[in-house]
Amino acid sequence: MKVINLDHISAKPLLPEVKEVMIGAIEKDYHNPSSQHKTGEEAAAALQKAREAVADLLNCSTPKEIVFTSGGTESVNHAIKGVALANEDKGKHIVTSNIEHNAVMRSLRRLKSSGFTVTSLPVDSSGRVNPKDVAEAITKDTILVSVMHSNNETGTIQPIEEIAQITRQKKVIFHSDAVDSVGVVPLDVNKLGVDLLSFASNTFYGPAGVGGLFIRRGTRIFPLLEGGVQENNKRAGAENLIGIIGTGKAAGLALRDMDKRLMHLRALKEKLLTELPNSIDEYIVNTHPDYSLPNLLSISIKYIEGESVMLMLDDENIAISTRSACATGSLRASHVLLSLGLSHADAQGTLVISYGVDNSKEDFVAFLNALKNVVSTLRDISPLYQKAPKT
Amino acid sequence: MYNQTVMDHFRNPRNVGVIEDADGVGEVGNPLCGDMMTIYLKIKDERIADIKFQTFGCGSAIAVSSMITEIAKGKSLADAKQLTNKDVAAALEGLPKNKLHCSNLGADALQLAIQNYEDQLAGVTRPEPIRKEKHEHSHGEKCYCPYCDIEIQENITFCDACQSSLEEEH
Repeated sequence: MKVINLDHISAKPLLPEVKEVMIGAIEKDYHNPSSQHKTGEEAAAALQKAREAVADLLNCSTPKEIVFTSGGTESVNHAIKGVALANEDKGKHIVTSNIEHNAVMRSLRRLKSSGFTVTSLPVDSSGRVNPKDVAEAITKDTILVSVMHSNNETGTIQPIEEIAQITRQKKVIFHSDAVDSVGVVPLDVNKLGVDLLSFASNTFYGPAGVGGLFIRRGTRIFPLLEGGVQENNKRAGAENLIGIIGTGKAAGLALRDMDKRLMHLRALKEKLLTELPNSIDEYIVNTHPDYSLPNLLSISIKYIEGESVMLMLDDENIAISTRSACATGSLRASHVLLSLGLSHADAQGTLVISYGVDNSKEDFVAFLNALKNVVSTLRDISPLYQKAPKT
Repeated sequence: MYNQTVMDHFRNPRNVGVIEDADGVGEVGNPLCGDMMTIYLKIKDERIADIKFQTFGCGSAIAVSSMITEIAKGKSLADAKQLTNKDVAAALEGLPKNKLHCSNLGADALQLAIQNYEDQLAGVTRPEPIRKEKHEHSHGEKCYCPYCDIEIQENITFCDACQSSLEEEH
């Protein structure tokens, strides 16, 4: 039975053209792109083609600014630790936000134990940082600002261009974790003004296990992985060429189909927002109405808990994501949701609905019908719903 | 994630509801980890004649609530007082390690409900019990890791057994 994937933020399917090109790469048995003989050079050419496709997607000045990695997490680790270690003679202060992904937070935590200090900025109730706060937080000791482009739990997009204007002026390196944005919304690294940008292949329907880091020419940064001289001496290790070839294809398709996809996703979001009140009541929308990804909606449903919603929808063959403490495995409420100002109880009822090119309006009809029953059933069991004053 | 017994109790929870004129009510709540539970008791001849629960929580929490009310129903108070979280977890044929703390919820709520009944009989009032997130206390003095249920020292910030941080993160 077909499962409706409304959990795109966790995994997106590979596009048929991507699968085709990757199967072709598997059959071809490419050699090592670093080898100097002709089969090596053939592999190097395939690698370069993929690199150019990604560079085009981000409008880089040169493909050399794209370094391939094993995914978003490696890119983020590389950016943060690489900049910190390369610049610690200049300063040891880093500025970030309260709603970053764990890859940013844990990398910073690791640096803190080596004597770096971190200022983490608050966000408003939709999860947006105020650029003025960034300006005020920067000191002469600051070497890096890291603010994500879009958040995977709320979908809200940050004022990256305004922040970049500030970091440019104050000559501080600016990294943005754009893992959930690249390939979904149009991004131009020169318009954005960032020095480093992390991205992941699966976000634009390429294979998981491949990602990359845009490193602006002239940025002072150490590699994360050291060894051979691959990726222009920036990231050692024999490349995952099959995955990278798939990534290049996916990047080309993302660029070509960007407008068409945006139209499709916005129509779906519109439908969801319009019809949700007919299905359930007493919920909070966490996603910013204007500055947000077109393919994600985060809602917190009052009086019930997210994992139970997820399990019941799973029984209806609908895959969805929740950010309740139990479901994330950490047993703590999401730091992102608490930073928005949600109470612990409301944060527990959070659903992240994310969709893509493979979803249709019919998927949403099925979802909304199922959700109505699930919420009703769980509220009947809930002590919080009984106690709530009824209007 | 969950075995068939747990899923059965989750999908078809037994004894959901409220008893308006309950003889004993036990409420435990921990919004920090997302589980809250209320148990209602009707006592007759020192036995649990009827029992109902309400739960705000994950799959484990609902399954645990359902199972403990099923086990407790009809039991003498003396027997019911012996029920622990381990009995519930065993009856459910096991819970994932990081969900074992959910099983404490059921046992605690039941014991509080029984205590509430006995307090009312004796005319005693007690302050509201405070549930901590960091350690899970059983009815004794010992502390247990909320993730792997191993006995730990009070106030430690890291559990060596399951390698979990026990401090609040910011």
